[in-house]
Amino acid sequence: MKLDFSGLESSAPLYGGNNGLLCDGFSDAPSFDLPVTSDFDGFQKNSIQMVKPAKGTTTLAFIFKEGVMVAADSRASMGGYISSQSVKKIIEINPYMLGTMAGGAADCQFWHRNLGIKCRLHELANKRRISVTGASKLLANILYSYRGMGLSVGTMIAGWDEKGPGLYYVDSEGGRLKGTKFSVGSGSPYAYGVLDSGYKYDMTIDEAAELARRAIYHATFRDGASGGVASVYHVGPTGWTKLSGDDVGELHYSYYPVEPAIVEQEMTEAIVA
Amino acid sequence: MPKEHANWSPYDNNGGTCVAIAGADYCVIAADTRMSTGYSILTRDYSKICKLADKSFMASSGFQADVKALQKVLSSRHLIYQHQHNKQMSCPAMAQLLSNTLYYKRFFPYYAFNVLGGLDSEGKGCVFTYDAVGSYERVGYSAQGSGATLITPFLDNQLKSPSPLLLPAKDAVTPLSEAEAVDLVKTCFSSATERDIYTGDSVEIIILNASGVRHESEQLRKD
Repeated sequence: MKLDFSGLESSAPLYGGNNGLLCDGFSDAPSFDLPVTSDFDGFQKNSIQMVKPAKGTTTLAFIFKEGVMVAADSRASMGGYISSQSVKKIIEINPYMLGTMAGGAADCQFWHRNLGIKCRLHELANKRRISVTGASKLLANILYSYRGMGLSVGTMIAGWDEKGPGLYYVDSEGGRLKGTKFSVGSGSPYAYGVLDSGYKYDMTIDEAAELARRAIYHATFRDGASGGVASVYHVGPTGWTKLSGDDVGELHYSYYPVEPAIVEQEMTEAIVA
Repeated sequence: MPKEHANWSPYDNNGGTCVAIAGADYCVIAADTRMSTGYSILTRDYSKICKLADKSFMASSGFQADVKALQKVLSSRHLIYQHQHNKQMSCPAMAQLLSNTLYYKRFFPYYAFNVLGGLDSEGKGCVFTYDAVGSYERVGYSAQGSGATLITPFLDNQLKSPSPLLLPAKDAVTPLSEAEAVDLVKTCFSSATERDIYTGDSVEIIILNASGVRHESEQLRKD
């Protein structure tokens, strides 16, 4: 099979002098740099994997004056097929801690339930609630031990403990980051855009909820792998509460209402005798 | 050194489609009875539905050897539960047991696409839908298997109920009566049979309600 190099041909003429020193008959021909490897097809597959689009979802969480705001969409996709529009991506670990789901649904569901069990055992053994730092570390250590085995988890652990609001990002590569604002999933670039432009530490709960809702809505608008229902949760000193769950299709029309067309003459249906 | 690949696979796909619909006080679980391998039909008369408990039925498509193993594991776990607790397992409890059973084989999965249908402790219909490694969700209706992509859009059109994630919550119970739901299921299968080569022969339907269990069977195209 002949590769088409026509795109590489330049219109400028080649230097005659240099060619004499370097040429061996091949330097005239344009060429791609090809990797030096015995398994060319495997190499190609791996490089495609490296730039593969992120887990199909949009989740976000941020800390502000009144606590932590957590929001997510609810679409699950298998390749191009939407397998569900009503997936619970915000998982209630216990009454004061939430986890978000991105990546493999079964992996996230199972390990978050497992984390909830471990948190309860900690409470029973130590007679006090586990901190967000501790809970996120438990999960991160488990995921690190399964590193390389194909688990796919991109989660945020949000909660309120003795030190106040806490937010950690934990993933299946073994990463664990403390932070004040995160968004995970294929829709995260869009969510970050809205989040970064509207964020202020001194927001009220309602303002923060509306910011989170808008960020999810805009991500679902532009990202095909995100959609369904935008859920918004707030974590405060007394635990979490679900603030809203809105269908993003309906949110669109509430943000951008359609002007009814001005009709001058209307045709009515003829009455059939 | 390039990796060597095996010249056989432990899995096979025996095809078939499963559907379940939850109603206010009933549940309909249905599956076709065709078992295939590649382009051949192994049998026209194979049941994909298994009774796990008085009020829980599981229908599974995919690799029937794994399905059979999964059914055996769940039935024996239920028997142990009955010995220890002196009562039957509720459908939501069975749903979580199935999820955990599937996830314990996360690195060598059961190639089974399951739908669990039954009545919850309040007598309302419940349907749980699964992927191969155990993630699950309680839904109003579900289809799994080779004909799922043909049936699900039709059920979305006929039954689409408000998402359980909406707040303020909207009631998600299917308004259909039991007879209408059974008729809908028969329609689903005859349509799927037209366009999916792995679905056909006949459909086995189980109807679960307060008065007990009922079986129905309907012939489908055998080509």
